[in-house]
Order: sequence, then structure tokens, then C-alpha cells
Amino acid sequence: MSAKSQAKWGEKGFAKSDASIDVSVNFCGIKLRNPLVLASGIVDTTASSLIFAIENCAGAVTCKSISLEPRKGHGSPIIVTNESGMLNAVGLSNPGLNSSIEEIKDAKKRLSQHKNKELRNAAIIGNVFATSIEDFAKAAKEISKSGCEMLELNLSCPNVKDEFGEPFACNPILAAELTKAVKKALKEVEKETEKNLKMPILVKLAPNVPDIAKIAKAVEAAGADGITAINTMPGMMLDLKTGKPILTNKSGGFSGPNLKPIAVKCIYDIYKSVKIPILGTGGVTTGKDAIELMMAGASAVGVGTAVYYRGIDCFKKINDEIVEWMKENNISSLKEIIGKAHR
Amino acid sequence: MKKDGKCEKQECKCSRIVELADPFPMHMLKIEKIEQENSNVKSFYFRHKLNSQPGQFVMVWLPGNGEKPMSIARDYGDSFQLAIASVGNVSNKLCCAKVGDFVGIRGPLGTYFSLTDDKAKLVKSIALVGGGYGAGPMASLAELAIKKGLKPANIHYIVGARTKDLLLFHKRLEGIGVNVHITTDDGSFGAKGRVIDVLNKVVTDAKKNKIKIDKIYTVGPELMMKAVYDVAMRENIDCEISLERYMKCGIGVCGSCIVDPTGERMCIEGPIIGKEKIKQITEFGKYHRDATGNKVKY
Repeated sequence: MSAKSQAKWGEKGFAKSDASIDVSVNFCGIKLRNPLVLASGIVDTTASSLIFAIENCAGAVTCKSISLEPRKGHGSPIIVTNESGMLNAVGLSNPGLNSSIEEIKDAKKRLSQHKNKELRNAAIIGNVFATSIEDFAKAAKEISKSGCEMLELNLSCPNVKDEFGEPFACNPILAAELTKAVKKALKEVEKETEKNLKMPILVKLAPNVPDIAKIAKAVEAAGADGITAINTMPGMMLDLKTGKPILTNKSGGFSGPNLKPIAVKCIYDIYKSVKIPILGTGGVTTGKDAIELMMAGASAVGVGTAVYYRGIDCFKKINDEIVEWMKENNISSLKEIIGKAHR
Repeated sequence: MKKDGKCEKQECKCSRIVELADPFPMHMLKIEKIEQENSNVKSFYFRHKLNSQPGQFVMVWLPGNGEKPMSIARDYGDSFQLAIASVGNVSNKLCCAKVGDFVGIRGPLGTYFSLTDDKAKLVKSIALVGGGYGAGPMASLAELAIKKGLKPANIHYIVGARTKDLLLFHKRLEGIGVNVHITTDDGSFGAKGRVIDVLNKVVTDAKKNKIKIDKIYTVGPELMMKAVYDVAMRENIDCEISLERYMKCGIGVCGSCIVDPTGERMCIEGPIIGKEKIKQITEFGKYHRDATGNKVKY
């Protein structure tokens, strides 16, 4: 906190009331009632699960990565935990393109009739995974017709390397080509339907690259509307009794509390080099964590592993903590916080 | 578990401090004893204070061979017992495990049975219906009910299996006065027929004797539980079931055990659910989901 804002706190000496605190954010032109977005991969395969997260105070929700064909994913154990974080290798299980699109359509329909009017406009972010640029474009084209508000490209899953090799997110040229191909595919949909899709494309990046900002810049130039940063960090946990990796996939993606400093640095670096907004994801478990990612440059904040540490109502808890922090620090809008580390 | 609270120092103006702990850590436990229960089921004993309640489950990891959810056959306080049937890849391998081998145990997980009615008063007369491997949790619940003060004569324990060789724990409640009703599909032991016929008879007999069965509990195959639930609804009796869904993580993260339309996870908000919840869950008795998340009809 700067000396100036400390003085301000001292002068006023009282916290603002809830009504004057605005936690809504505008992300890629879409208004979110709060900045917390259910991250892809956590309780998000079915319409019911997406709505359950929204009912538990998520400002928006991201679907589990959708592939053209159904995937069973890896065998259990798919998750191993300790107090510092979680390692997962779910292996992109999903019911495939057709079923997943039906789930999104169902979620949109049920939300539009939800008894709580405030939830009716909650945004759903589609998420797509494929093994080739052509398949990415093909899947994105279909998902764009499902009614989701945004589309996230998962080109950074660390858990299917044995199957598919290096993720696209490791290579700026491939990442840009992929982004271009998806943008082109969506243009085709617009031509076919003679409607403006207005569907922002978010590109989800991996932290384990020498220069994440370079990749962010490349996908921005290729037409990306936003960056999701970061995906999980490759890791491994061993069982000391047997000396063997616990996960069936041996290695997994590390998330949770101890991922946060890595996310903060990546977001900070990306914010410096691109103009498009950032959905900051990585280790957010408390309100202060969310504020830290926003200060680094995130316009909205992904929450995933916190569901394990604090329950499905973690969205409500984190949101309340953000409001509490804003009150204590005499801040009325998140605009004052976003990118503060750069000013 | 987590502790959420304000900073203790009064003069300190810092905001909420959230202390985080791992809610469901995995414990590596040694197999202390193995017993053959029937032709298909082995019991594994572990020395560990599990602090479980009837209806809860554990995730069992056999190093190098996978992880599966398993019901808890019996919790002795200082130790516990898992009854494992050879039915799949992981359980087949587990059944080959030896005394002294280590397995990873996470839990107890999920919700558990309650012996109170909707006014939070202890129930007086209950019927427990277990099909196949549901016998373990049902027997544990009967034992807990007696401990809480229910008269054994007011407990009906109805357990069924395909054949005599597959019956489980039917001797556990013998000699303590619980009404034990056993059925086998082929009549090789107990009454020939299905548990639902016995339940219907128990309910009818109770009515004749002007006794009200307060609550029916059931664990077993879903269509059997649906039939039990339908009896409970028809007779206006409270009911709790164990709704099992495909579970990959067991700790509320992966979403594979989520039910329609409530979106609840059967590993956290379930598997034990009451009458009101069952009414809301429209997929009960109709479909479940496979490893990909696609629907599979019953």
C-alpha cells in the first residue's frame, strides 16, 4: 500500500459501506458481476455443474476442455495433494464435442430461466483442446454455436505430452498460427450465419516457457482477444514408501497456493507487453490472492484448486474477502487495483 | 481443516487471515490382517483412527495399480476394515495384496447416514436394506443405532445377494436381537427372492402391529435402491440412500460424480442423501455418467 493511500485511510478512518464497493469487472467487453471465474478443469463437465458454481457466486465459469472425440482421461490417481498445492493429471477427460455442446446449450437455457435473476447473465467460457491446428479450428467453430460468451483455447495442458508431444503454448509461431486459424474459423461462422458472433478468444498459456510475454505478444498479433495465464506447472510427487510417482500419469500439473508467485510474475510480464486483457489464474485461494493477481495486471481472476481447499463456496468467501479488503483500503472499484504494480 | 478468522492482535488492522491445510491428505497404511469373507470378498484391516460414520467411504490407492473409492465395512475406532470384492482392475490387484503391504488411504470422505428424523429427534424404528456390498455400511449403521439407544427388536436388517456364497456380514448382527432377514436370488440361503419383497412384508407387518417404521436406509444397486425409495414414498416413510457415481478423485475436484440437475458432487454433497434431495435429483434410477462424462441409461 502506498503512503498516499495509507494517509487517506487515516483521514477518513472508517470503511466504506458495501453498496459503494463495486466488484464487477468488464472483461473483453463482457460484464462479470464479480472478477472470479471458475477455471477450466474443476467441476465443469456438465450443465448442472456449471450452474452449481454460478449459484455458489462464481462471476463466470469455464467449461472443461472439449475435444472432438470423447476422452476417458487417465486412470486414478488423477489428483494428489498436500498443504502447498495440488498435482493433477486428469488427462482431458470430456464427453466429446457433440455432448459438450448440448451441455453448454442446456446450461444457457437453464440460466436464462434461473429463479435468481442476477445469475441469468452469468457468462460461460467454452474451452477447446485439440491435437492439430485444423482440429482446433474445427472444434472452435462448432463450440462457437453453443451460446457460450467466450472461447478459451487450451494449448498448454501439461498432462498429455506422452500422447501428443510439446504443447502449442511452448512455441510462439505455432501458438500464433493456431490463434489465427481459430479466428478465421469464427469469421466463417459469421459469414454462414450472417451474424456478428462477438466472441472473444482467450489463449491459455503455460508458465514453463523461457519468455511467456513473447508468446502472449505473438497470439495478440494473431488476433487473440485476451490471455488466460497461467495453466498449471509440470510437477511430480513421489510416495516415499515405494519411491514411485503417485499419479497414474506419473507427472501432473501443479496448482494451488504455491503456484501463485509464478502466476503473479507471468501476469506481470504479460501485462507489460500486451494491450489485451488478462484472465489471471494460478493459486488464488483468498481475496488477497485475487487482489495480488489483479495488481499484477489481471482484469479477472480464475479460481480452481481453491474449491478443494475451501469448498465450492470458495467463490463467495473470496468475493467477501475482496470486498472486506477494499473497504479497509478505501477502494471503491477494482479499476483502481488492476495493473497497480505497473503504475 | 481450514481455519478462517481475524488476526488475533487487536491493534492489528490487517484483513482476514486464512490458514490453509490439506483437507483430505492421503495416509500410507500397512495391511495388518487379511480375511476371506466369502468366495469373492476379502477383508483388509488397517490400524488407523479413521473416525468415520456409517455411509462414508475412502479412496484406496494401491501403488502402481490405481485408486478407487471403497465403502468402509467397519470402523473399530483404533482400526478399520475394508471388504473388497474382485470386480475390476484395481480391486483384483488389491485382492492379491499381502499383509505388510502399504496402500494409500484418503478419507473418511462424503456424507453419512443420520439416525434422526426431520425434527432432529432420534428415530425409534428403522429398516436397513443392503444389496450386495451395501451390507457393510448397513451393518455398521445397525450397530451405531443400538449404541445410540435403539432397541434391537426395532431394527430390521434386510440383506440380499445373488447366492449364498456372495452373502456378506449376515452373521455380524446375529445374537444381538436385530431382526435379520436374508434373501438370495436362487434360494440357496434365507428366503428365495428379493429384498424388496421382504421390505414390503416388514412394512405391512409393522402396520398391522400399529408400529410406525420411522426411516428406511438403503445401500446397493441403484435400481434396488429406487424400488426401496418408491416403497418409502408410497408409505410416507423417511428415507436415506447412498447414491454412487463414477468417482475419479473422490475429493470434489474432477466433477465426474456430479448429478443432474442440482450439480452436486456425490463425493462431497453425497453419497448419502435424504428424501428431499432424492426428489430433486432427477437422474436417480434413470442414468449415470461414464468416465468421459457421457450419460449411460439404467
